[in-house]
Amino acid sequence: MPEIPDDARELLQHEIQTLRRRFALRRRGFFRLLGNGVLVGWAAAGAAAQESGRFRPSWMRHPLSQNISAWLHIAPSGAVTVYTGKVEVGQNIRTSLAQQVAEELRVPLAAIRMVMGDTRLTPFDMGTFGSRTTPTMGPQLRKAAASARAILIELAARRWQTSASGLVAEEGRIRDPKTGNSVGYGALTRGQRIARAIAADPELTPAERWRVAGHSAPKVDGRLFVTGAHRYPADQVVPGMLIGKVVRPSAFHARLVECDVSGAQAISGARVVRDGDFIGVVAPDQATAVRAAAQVRARWRAPRQIGNRELFDALRRTARNDAGHFEQTSGAAPAVSAGRLKRLQASYEIAYIAHAPLEPRAALAVWRHDHLTVWTGTQRPFGVQQELASAFHLPLKNVRVLMPDTGAAFGGKHTGEAAVEAARLARGAGRPVKLIWTREEEFTWAYFRPAGVIDINAAVDDDGRIAAWEFDNFNSGPAAIGTPYRAQYSRIAFHPCDPPLRQGSYRSLAACANHFARESHMDDLARLAGIDPLEFRLKNIPDPRLRAVFRRAAARFGWARRRRLPGRRGYGLACGFEKGGYVATCAEVEISGQDLRIARVTEAWDSGAVINPNGLRNQIEGAILMGIGGALREAIQFENGRILNPRFSQYRVPRFADLPGIEVVLVDRKNEKSFGAGETPIVGIAPAVANAICDATGMRLRSLPMLVDGRLPATV
Amino acid sequence: MRFLVNGKTHEVEVAPGEILLWVLRDKIGLTGTKFGCGEGQCGACTVLLSGRPVRSCQVPAAGAAGQPVTTIEGLARDGRLHPVQAAFLRQEAFQCGYCTSGMILSAAALLQRKPDPDEREIRAALNGHICRCGVYGRIVKAVRSAARARRAGTVK
Ligand code: FES
Ligand code: FES
Repeated sequence: MPEIPDDARELLQHEIQTLRRRFALRRRGFFRLLGNGVLVGWAAAGAAAQESGRFRPSWMRHPLSQNISAWLHIAPSGAVTVYTGKVEVGQNIRTSLAQQVAEELRVPLAAIRMVMGDTRLTPFDMGTFGSRTTPTMGPQLRKAAASARAILIELAARRWQTSASGLVAEEGRIRDPKTGNSVGYGALTRGQRIARAIAADPELTPAERWRVAGHSAPKVDGRLFVTGAHRYPADQVVPGMLIGKVVRPSAFHARLVECDVSGAQAISGARVVRDGDFIGVVAPDQATAVRAAAQVRARWRAPRQIGNRELFDALRRTARNDAGHFEQTSGAAPAVSAGRLKRLQASYEIAYIAHAPLEPRAALAVWRHDHLTVWTGTQRPFGVQQELASAFHLPLKNVRVLMPDTGAAFGGKHTGEAAVEAARLARGAGRPVKLIWTREEEFTWAYFRPAGVIDINAAVDDDGRIAAWEFDNFNSGPAAIGTPYRAQYSRIAFHPCDPPLRQGSYRSLAACANHFARESHMDDLARLAGIDPLEFRLKNIPDPRLRAVFRRAAARFGWARRRRLPGRRGYGLACGFEKGGYVATCAEVEISGQDLRIARVTEAWDSGAVINPNGLRNQIEGAILMGIGGALREAIQFENGRILNPRFSQYRVPRFADLPGIEVVLVDRKNEKSFGAGETPIVGIAPAVANAICDATGMRLRSLPMLVDGRLPATV
Repeated sequence: MRFLVNGKTHEVEVAPGEILLWVLRDKIGLTGTKFGCGEGQCGACTVLLSGRPVRSCQVPAAGAAGQPVTTIEGLARDGRLHPVQAAFLRQEAFQCGYCTSGMILSAAALLQRKPDPDEREIRAALNGHICRCGVYGRIVKAVRSAARARRAGTVK
């Protein structure tokens, strides 16, 4: 497979260049940073830079701690506490990481408590994104736990004056099979920290011998979620807390012209907090806060801004060749006159879409003198700590960010807007303040998955081989831009553009868009070559693991046996590779008139050794459902700095009615490294459905979303 | 104003324009009821009002005063999970869990009304709920499994 730019590049493009500049401009003066409520720190810059290894701001130079005590602690009772800066947003790593520690430490899963995403207690972490938890944090914790196990054995050996080699660790105890002696971990460590270095090459348990990892484990703390006892960021409470509300500008990039807050001030219990363009209110309860905010009379001035009708032209027009742009060529372009090549050129368009996590951004901020504590839902607690420290000119150590398990994120909560706003309100009010964004705010003032245009120019030869592959992506991003297909000549380019909306990460980043375009185009090439779309792909894919998931999915789906039933049915497939995960998706659609129903989906998945099969299936099923949203209906409508559909009643996300029959086939490769699965399983569904629609109707849909007002277009 | 929540009486001072959702969450302290949209579209805020599922973000506080309200915290009896709660756990019918309270309460009301719903009826009853994590398939399975368990009387 050609060298594929990593997701760091994506972050670099979307979250540094546009946003850091904004930060620098507003740097003067206390609280100026708050601007009009759009604030992003440069922490994202650090995260991306560190991943890409290009430059590292000084505070980012945090290698993973090599001390066992940073990662785990054993109490005298034998209870194990594990510390990680990764966070739980529904992807179930609280469970899968605990399983891996339980495995290596040889303790029951129930003995483990995970402390996650607390800047005071957990080791520094760049953030939970890019499907990095499984391939990096998993091995890190396994090593720490395996090293700890060796030390516990050593301690027991010393205690019994015997050789360590004869002792075994199991169920939280060290046992000597010869003498029958046994001692609990807690009695050995007596609560002391294991201040020893993680071994360079500790003895890790191979996946074939896993007893806790590799098997389905029920979600840790599952009971808290079905009883309503779990406290999400929005549920945090401290005594004396007030409720906050931010008065939003009339449009993006608006500046405050004038403002009359007397009406709001007059409401009993309410207080207005102003700071430059930032206006907020605090009150003892929601109703009063809402009422007071509505009484603020503010006049804003905003520049003219484009709407979605002009979007794709604007992206092409503003394509730049500066940082972030790249182009990769291999082989020589066939001569235009070359032989009997069949050529196909087409453009694909990808709309802006929103993450819309069910829990909107929320934060509770508490000041004690110049110390600030904030509970908030973010994928980057250490990044938000940095944002807060910058915004309030505090040393990092004065800021603590805690991330309770949060109501989803999907790449949409890298930033700390609500945290900064709550902290500003709390500072002004002299009391703790909780701020929960409304759905409209979440749809408007968060950030979006980048819109994009993709041009493909390709050719196949008589033998059904890909003779030429040119791929130009404008703005949507470089993730998974490299093709997993063999091509005699290829040119792949990413063109950064001036985006009209604030954009950033999203589950799988641009892999969705790039796979949609590539896999749609592949189907058309197969048709041009007169070859079955599955055969065509198998013929041109060199990677055996990718071919294997394809075969597995097709077999389970019954691809070879598919046939037109009465009514208009269509069958489509697609495959992909990204971030260590291989995916193949088959879909069957049912069409009547302009109505489309996805009848069933089969997806095969290989991300190496499986850690928690049931959790993994859950992720894959969820990714398919989420992918259906972006494939069929989701699109942000905007005009002149405003979002026109910032509600669930206007922005239709997948519901029960959209649920197809789903079959997941897991390919568990015990001898391969485990990779993450929160993202890549989403990439196959849109092109598989597009190909199925084309199969049924002959209509090639090249825009995401594919439906117009919930229906298939009458013609293309 | 007096509220009857999960069998307990709460005397609460209510601000003008206050809605049930925030009374429950901020004044009575029952944060299991979630805010997701504020426009009756997502179902995260669902509670049972006199046994019927309602969107608490759409109910003026005064409209609920004096009537029995059941929230997710009031569904388990003496530490024993309601069959729907138990089935959600069994089927792992959640990811982030933010939609779960509302889903469970609507499903519990459905089974009360209709002890043996088929898949179509379950989908129809829950279609007003959004699970952004896309766990719909498992939720349908959980409700069916809860219905079976309930009928078999294995769980009360
Ligand atoms: S918060 Fe009430 S329906 Fe969404
Ligand atoms: S589990 Fe996350 S919204 Fe349903």
